Amino acid sequence: MKLFIIGLLSGIISGMGIGGGSVLIPSLVLIASLNQHQAQSINLIVFIPISIIALIVHIKEKNIVFKYTKWIVPSGIMGAILGSMIALKIDAYNLKKYFAIFLLFVGIYELIKKR
Amino acid sequence: MHFKHIKLIAIGLITGFINGLFGSGGGMIIVPALVFLIGIKEHKAHATAISIILPLSIISTFFYLKADIIEFNIAFYVALGGIVGSFIGAKLLNKIPAPLLRKIFGSIIIYTAIRMILK
Repeated sequence: MKLFIIGLLSGIISGMGIGGGSVLIPSLVLIASLNQHQAQSINLIVFIPISIIALIVHIKEKNIVFKYTKWIVPSGIMGAILGSMIALKIDAYNLKKYFAIFLLFVGIYELIKKR
Repeated sequence: MHFKHIKLIAIGLITGFINGLFGSGGGMIIVPALVFLIGIKEHKAHATAISIILPLSIISTFFYLKADIIEFNIAFYVALGGIVGSFIGAKLLNKIPAPLLRKIFGSIIIYTAIRMILK
Protein backbone atom coordinates (compact mmCIF):
# COMPACT_ATOMS: atom_id res chain seq x y z
CA MET A 1 0.00 0.00 0.00
CA LYS A 2 2.85 2.35 0.92
CA LEU A 3 4.54 1.60 -2.41
CA PHE A 4 1.25 2.09 -4.30
CA ILE A 5 0.74 5.53 -2.70
CA ILE A 6 4.36 6.57 -3.40
CA GLY A 7 3.76 5.55 -7.03
CA LEU A 8 0.40 7.34 -7.20
CA LEU A 9 1.77 10.68 -5.98
CA SER A 10 4.85 10.48 -8.23
CA GLY A 11 2.59 9.55 -11.15
CA ILE A 12 0.38 12.62 -10.67
CA ILE A 13 3.45 14.86 -10.47
CA SER A 14 5.15 13.30 -13.51
CA GLY A 15 1.91 13.27 -15.53
CA MET A 16 1.84 17.01 -15.02
CA GLY A 17 5.41 17.16 -16.32
CA ILE A 18 6.97 18.38 -13.08
CA GLY A 19 9.38 15.50 -12.54
CA GLY A 20 8.06 12.41 -10.80
CA GLY A 21 11.56 11.07 -10.17
CA SER A 22 12.40 13.85 -7.76
CA VAL A 23 9.51 12.61 -5.59
CA LEU A 24 9.80 8.88 -6.25
CA ILE A 25 13.54 8.34 -5.73
CA PRO A 26 13.83 10.18 -2.36
CA SER A 27 10.62 8.45 -1.18
CA LEU A 28 12.02 5.02 -2.04
CA VAL A 29 15.33 5.83 -0.30
CA LEU A 30 13.96 7.61 2.79
CA ILE A 31 10.65 5.75 3.33
CA ALA A 32 11.10 2.34 1.69
CA SER A 33 14.84 2.06 2.58
CA LEU A 34 16.10 1.13 -0.87
CA ASN A 35 19.65 1.99 -1.85
CA GLN A 36 20.23 4.74 -4.40
CA HIS A 37 20.83 2.41 -7.36
CA GLN A 38 17.68 0.37 -6.64
CA ALA A 39 15.59 3.54 -6.29
CA GLN A 40 16.95 4.96 -9.56
CA SER A 41 16.37 1.70 -11.42
CA ILE A 42 12.77 1.57 -10.20
CA ASN A 43 12.18 5.15 -11.31
CA LEU A 44 13.51 4.28 -14.77
CA ILE A 45 11.53 1.07 -15.27
CA VAL A 46 8.31 2.50 -13.79
CA PHE A 47 8.62 5.57 -16.00
CA ILE A 48 8.26 3.40 -19.13
CA PRO A 49 4.59 2.29 -18.76
CA ILE A 50 3.64 5.60 -17.10
CA SER A 51 5.12 7.71 -19.87
CA ILE A 52 3.54 5.55 -22.58
CA ILE A 53 0.13 6.34 -21.06
CA ALA A 54 0.96 10.03 -20.61
CA LEU A 55 2.23 10.09 -24.20
CA ILE A 56 -1.07 8.72 -25.55
CA VAL A 57 -3.01 11.42 -23.69
CA HIS A 58 -0.62 14.13 -24.96
CA ILE A 59 -0.76 12.89 -28.57
CA LYS A 60 -4.57 13.05 -28.41
CA GLU A 61 -4.41 16.58 -27.00
CA LYS A 62 -1.78 17.50 -29.64
CA ASN A 63 0.75 18.74 -27.09
CA ILE A 64 3.85 17.14 -28.65
CA VAL A 65 6.27 18.86 -31.05
CA PHE A 66 7.85 15.96 -32.97
CA LYS A 67 10.08 17.88 -35.39
CA TYR A 68 13.03 18.19 -32.94
CA THR A 69 12.97 14.57 -31.81
CA LYS A 70 15.30 13.26 -34.57
CA TRP A 71 18.01 15.74 -33.53
CA ILE A 72 17.71 15.19 -29.79
CA VAL A 73 17.17 11.42 -29.42
CA PRO A 74 20.40 10.06 -31.04
CA SER A 75 22.74 12.21 -28.92
CA GLY A 76 20.39 11.59 -25.98
CA ILE A 77 20.96 7.86 -26.35
CA MET A 78 24.75 8.36 -26.30
CA GLY A 79 24.40 10.45 -23.15
CA ALA A 80 22.14 7.82 -21.58
CA ILE A 81 24.68 5.05 -22.20
CA LEU A 82 27.50 7.12 -20.71
CA GLY A 83 25.46 8.29 -17.70
CA SER A 84 24.18 4.80 -16.87
CA MET A 85 27.64 3.22 -17.08
CA ILE A 86 29.10 5.87 -14.77
CA ALA A 87 26.19 5.55 -12.29
CA LEU A 88 26.78 1.82 -12.01
CA LYS A 89 30.48 2.39 -11.21
CA ILE A 90 29.80 4.85 -8.35
CA ASP A 91 28.97 3.38 -4.89
CA ALA A 92 25.39 3.89 -3.64
CA TYR A 93 26.32 6.25 -0.78
CA ASN A 94 28.21 8.69 -3.01
CA LEU A 95 25.61 8.45 -5.77
CA LYS A 96 22.94 9.42 -3.21
CA LYS A 97 24.96 12.53 -2.28
CA TYR A 98 25.44 13.57 -5.92
CA PHE A 99 21.74 12.97 -6.56
CA ALA A 100 20.81 15.09 -3.53
CA ILE A 101 22.98 17.98 -4.75
CA PHE A 102 21.26 17.78 -8.17
CA LEU A 103 17.88 17.67 -6.39
CA LEU A 104 18.79 20.78 -4.38
CA PHE A 105 19.47 22.72 -7.60
CA VAL A 106 16.19 21.48 -9.10
CA GLY A 107 14.30 22.70 -6.03
CA ILE A 108 15.99 26.10 -6.07
CA TYR A 109 15.22 26.42 -9.79
CA GLU A 110 11.53 25.66 -9.20
CA LEU A 111 11.37 28.30 -6.47
CA ILE A 112 13.12 31.14 -8.29
CA LYS A 113 11.54 30.41 -11.68
CA LYS A 114 9.13 33.05 -12.97
CA ARG A 115 5.46 32.22 -13.77
CA MET B 1 23.51 21.78 -40.03
CA HIS B 2 22.38 24.98 -38.34
CA PHE B 3 23.29 26.36 -34.91
CA LYS B 4 19.88 25.21 -33.71
CA HIS B 5 20.78 21.62 -34.60
CA ILE B 6 24.00 21.84 -32.58
CA LYS B 7 21.95 23.14 -29.65
CA LEU B 8 19.51 20.22 -30.04
CA ILE B 9 22.37 17.68 -30.10
CA ALA B 10 23.94 19.23 -26.97
CA ILE B 11 20.56 19.24 -25.19
CA GLY B 12 20.15 15.54 -26.03
CA LEU B 13 23.61 14.63 -24.77
CA ILE B 14 23.18 16.38 -21.41
CA THR B 15 19.60 15.16 -20.93
CA GLY B 16 20.57 11.56 -21.65
CA PHE B 17 23.63 11.76 -19.38
CA ILE B 18 21.73 13.15 -16.37
CA ASN B 19 18.82 10.76 -16.92
CA GLY B 20 21.18 7.77 -16.98
CA LEU B 21 23.37 8.97 -14.09
CA PHE B 22 20.51 9.76 -11.70
CA GLY B 23 17.82 7.51 -13.19
CA SER B 24 15.72 10.67 -13.39
CA GLY B 25 16.06 14.39 -14.00
CA GLY B 26 16.03 14.30 -17.78
CA GLY B 27 12.84 16.34 -17.79
CA MET B 28 14.38 18.89 -15.46
CA ILE B 29 17.06 19.54 -18.09
CA ILE B 30 15.11 19.23 -21.31
CA VAL B 31 11.97 21.20 -20.44
CA PRO B 32 13.77 24.49 -19.63
CA ALA B 33 16.13 23.85 -22.58
CA LEU B 34 13.22 23.46 -25.02
CA VAL B 35 11.48 26.53 -23.60
CA PHE B 36 14.44 28.92 -23.28
CA LEU B 37 16.88 27.71 -25.98
CA ILE B 38 14.49 26.46 -28.67
CA GLY B 39 11.39 28.53 -27.91
CA ILE B 40 8.69 25.85 -27.53
CA LYS B 41 5.65 26.79 -25.40
CA GLU B 42 5.88 25.41 -21.88
CA HIS B 43 2.97 22.95 -21.84
CA LYS B 44 4.09 21.58 -25.23
CA ALA B 45 7.67 21.31 -23.95
CA HIS B 46 6.48 19.11 -21.06
CA ALA B 47 4.67 16.77 -23.42
CA THR B 48 7.52 16.77 -25.97
CA ALA B 49 9.99 15.97 -23.18
CA ILE B 50 8.15 12.74 -22.41
CA SER B 51 8.43 11.62 -26.06
CA ILE B 52 12.21 12.15 -25.91
CA ILE B 53 12.91 10.77 -22.43
CA LEU B 54 10.96 7.56 -23.06
CA PRO B 55 13.54 6.07 -25.49
CA LEU B 56 16.40 7.36 -23.28
CA SER B 57 14.90 5.70 -20.20
CA ILE B 58 14.49 2.42 -22.08
CA ILE B 59 18.23 2.47 -22.91
CA SER B 60 19.21 3.32 -19.32
CA THR B 61 16.85 0.68 -17.91
CA PHE B 62 18.65 -1.91 -20.03
CA PHE B 63 21.96 -1.07 -18.29
CA TYR B 64 20.42 -1.20 -14.78
CA LEU B 65 18.70 -4.46 -15.78
CA LYS B 66 22.01 -5.99 -16.86
CA ALA B 67 23.57 -4.98 -13.52
CA ASP B 68 20.75 -6.96 -11.84
CA ILE B 69 19.65 -4.30 -9.34
CA ILE B 70 15.97 -3.91 -10.23
CA GLU B 71 13.58 -5.13 -7.49
CA PHE B 72 10.63 -6.21 -9.64
CA ASN B 73 8.19 -6.84 -6.79
CA ILE B 74 8.66 -3.25 -5.58
CA ALA B 75 8.57 -1.86 -9.13
CA PHE B 76 5.22 -3.61 -9.70
CA TYR B 77 3.35 -1.83 -6.89
CA VAL B 78 4.99 1.52 -7.62
CA ALA B 79 4.08 1.17 -11.31
CA LEU B 80 0.46 0.35 -10.44
CA GLY B 81 0.12 3.54 -8.40
CA GLY B 82 2.12 5.45 -10.97
CA ILE B 83 -0.11 4.50 -13.89
CA VAL B 84 -3.26 5.65 -12.07
CA GLY B 85 -1.53 8.81 -10.88
CA SER B 86 -0.04 9.77 -14.24
CA PHE B 87 -3.44 9.53 -15.90
CA ILE B 88 -4.85 11.95 -13.32
CA GLY B 89 -1.82 14.23 -13.71
CA ALA B 90 -1.92 14.33 -17.52
CA LYS B 91 -5.63 15.21 -17.42
CA LEU B 92 -4.87 18.03 -14.98
CA LEU B 93 -1.96 19.46 -17.02
CA ASN B 94 -4.10 21.65 -19.28
CA LYS B 95 -6.55 22.60 -16.53
CA ILE B 96 -4.64 23.54 -13.39
CA PRO B 97 -2.48 26.66 -13.01
CA ALA B 98 0.88 25.22 -12.01
CA PRO B 99 2.78 28.13 -10.30
CA LEU B 100 1.58 27.46 -6.76
CA LEU B 101 2.06 23.73 -7.21
CA ARG B 102 5.65 24.38 -8.37
CA LYS B 103 6.47 26.49 -5.31
CA ILE B 104 5.15 23.80 -2.98
CA PHE B 105 6.98 21.14 -4.96
CA GLY B 106 10.22 23.18 -4.97
CA SER B 107 10.09 23.67 -1.20
CA ILE B 108 9.47 19.97 -0.51
CA ILE B 109 12.35 18.80 -2.66
CA ILE B 110 14.79 21.36 -1.21
CA TYR B 111 13.92 20.00 2.26
CA THR B 112 14.28 16.42 0.98
CA ALA B 113 17.62 17.16 -0.73
CA ILE B 114 19.08 18.63 2.47
CA ARG B 115 17.90 15.57 4.42
CA MET B 116 19.59 13.29 1.89
CA ILE B 117 22.82 15.29 1.97
CA LEU B 118 23.00 15.25 5.78
CA LYS B 119 21.85 11.66 6.35
